[in-house]
Amino acid sequence: MLKDKDRIFQNLYNDLGSDVTSSKKRGDWVNTKELTDKGRDWIINEIKESQLRGRGGAGFPTGLKWSFAPKEVGSRPHYLVINGDESEPGTCKDRDILRFEPHKLIEGCLIAAYAVQAHVCYIYIRGEYFIDGQKLQAAIDEAYEKNLIGKNASGTGWDLDIYIHYGAGAYICGEETALLESIEGKKGQPRLKPPFPALIGLYGCPTIINNVETIAVVPTILRRGGKWFASLGKEKNTGTKIFCISGNVNNPCNVEEEMSIPLKELIEVHAGGVIGGWDNLQAVIPGGSSMPLIPKEKCETLNMDFDSLMVEKSGLGTAGIVVINKDQDIIKCMARIARFYKHESCGQCTPCREGSGWMWRMLERMAKGEASKDEVDMLGDVTKQIEGHTICAFGEGSSWPVQGLLRHFKDEIKKRNKFDPIVKENKNIPYLVDQHLLDKNA
Amino acid sequence: MSLRRPAKDQPEKFEFNSSSLEAAKTIVANYPKGKQQSAVMALLYIAQKQNNNWIPLAAMKYIAKFLKMPYIKVYEVATFYSMYNLSPVGKYFIQVCTTTPCMIRGAGKLVEACKEKISENESELLSDKNCSWMEVECLGACVNAPMMQINDDYYEDLDKEKTLEILDKILKDETPKPGSYRGRVNNEPENNRKTLMDLKNA
Repeated sequence: MLKDKDRIFQNLYNDLGSDVTSSKKRGDWVNTKELTDKGRDWIINEIKESQLRGRGGAGFPTGLKWSFAPKEVGSRPHYLVINGDESEPGTCKDRDILRFEPHKLIEGCLIAAYAVQAHVCYIYIRGEYFIDGQKLQAAIDEAYEKNLIGKNASGTGWDLDIYIHYGAGAYICGEETALLESIEGKKGQPRLKPPFPALIGLYGCPTIINNVETIAVVPTILRRGGKWFASLGKEKNTGTKIFCISGNVNNPCNVEEEMSIPLKELIEVHAGGVIGGWDNLQAVIPGGSSMPLIPKEKCETLNMDFDSLMVEKSGLGTAGIVVINKDQDIIKCMARIARFYKHESCGQCTPCREGSGWMWRMLERMAKGEASKDEVDMLGDVTKQIEGHTICAFGEGSSWPVQGLLRHFKDEIKKRNKFDPIVKENKNIPYLVDQHLLDKNA
Repeated sequence: MSLRRPAKDQPEKFEFNSSSLEAAKTIVANYPKGKQQSAVMALLYIAQKQNNNWIPLAAMKYIAKFLKMPYIKVYEVATFYSMYNLSPVGKYFIQVCTTTPCMIRGAGKLVEACKEKISENESELLSDKNCSWMEVECLGACVNAPMMQINDDYYEDLDKEKTLEILDKILKDETPKPGSYRGRVNNEPENNRKTLMDLKNA
């Protein structure tokens, strides 16, 4: 288990208070000027050395992302945008940072803004977290009052303004370009990439977008050194991470742990075990709803980091662990996730808009045992037609959980759905073919 | 995608009152010059707050003029995001999370409680009630599941009984205490804390 002194978020459970005075006691804002005085290159190099990977789901190396920002500020100003639109089912880590460790985030904003030469920072918070946003706003006001941000912030000679922008209940705004559209006052529909936001982002200006947790760990990394952060976890999967363990466990909780910790330790030690004992475990969703589930056999030895989960054809995502025990109907659980994606599709790309609804309706029928035998393969086919055919990663996000279900629980679905196909003869017509051409030949 | 339609009965006129106007001006100042369209989301919230928690079409037209942008763009935004209520809701607006992490911990029971106490159908505002309820997607408090949101506040770690108690209070026009209803502190593992122990005992 990680030593308490190595935990970055000392106030994760709000034992100490989140105001500026108690935050300073924990080491926030202590020597911010010294850190920025070492220069932009030093900051970016230190972050690169720490091998910090983005905590929002994709796991992109943060230092590398910052180095994409133009070295000189041209005619267009740079922006820093913080993504706090945490809506992935199973994930609730950013909320705790916003309400209990706001000064870690604000200090991180200052350092990141200095590193990428931004004078304005927008923090995008999902609309439902209004109360938590208010707490962050109070912390921002405090920081302005103490001149920690604002003109000549913390004596660094850098001006920084931080504004909160509330979302309004759209999951898709967690996608970085949709988030930018949303800040610009439009529907949150993702943009095509390239151009990447680092060059053409908010209002067409260079913009760096990071997750709340990523930015909040930056000051501590710089204080204790990139080497310290890199010494935790394993190569390329370093540092600490807040894990959210929810679902059928005895003590659902958020806990900060070392990267690459065994999944079994997280569930058994921190979350008090699976309800009904370890043998009652059915499956685990390891990283928020869009990551494919993992069956019990593999949970025994699994380590929680980006690369180990990739080997299992899943992913760490946001590290929102949803534990599902044998009392639950796994098909129903996945049908509910499919309904979530159907509801949250932004409607821009047809495969996702229509396909997410298909997947949901098929899974609902499969949960009731009303589907025919051939539909099981058809469902797999639908997921393949969504995946990779959309502008943003929502297409993958909606089809991966269904693929995971088919990969590990196909027998269960087949056992329940025994109907013969309604159209019995097999016409052997491939999908994605112009049907009218085939009719002519017939 | 979700289907969202504006209400049939629409007020003729809408205007910001003085406090809303002031709030709107502060928000617009947060964005660069000429980019006042960015404020549309915040302004819709302000309009919603002023107008008993829902947004009439007249308000969208007013905001469009206020921000010098086409009305259709405001309409697009208001119909895209699910937190803008396009028809009247109760004074207490209850949103029950029923996405998988809540579902497997019994969110269905919360829905049952709402059906018993408030109305058979979701988003239905009965004339003798001061509240309405609806099912929503993940509210981001998964380790406190099952949970629901009433106006801005989160009510966590619920079961059917506790939900009925909360709803009874609301029907009597009292605001119940937000937070965990199993007495746990924030997101810590109940009675099973293994980390940051010095701080807990300090």
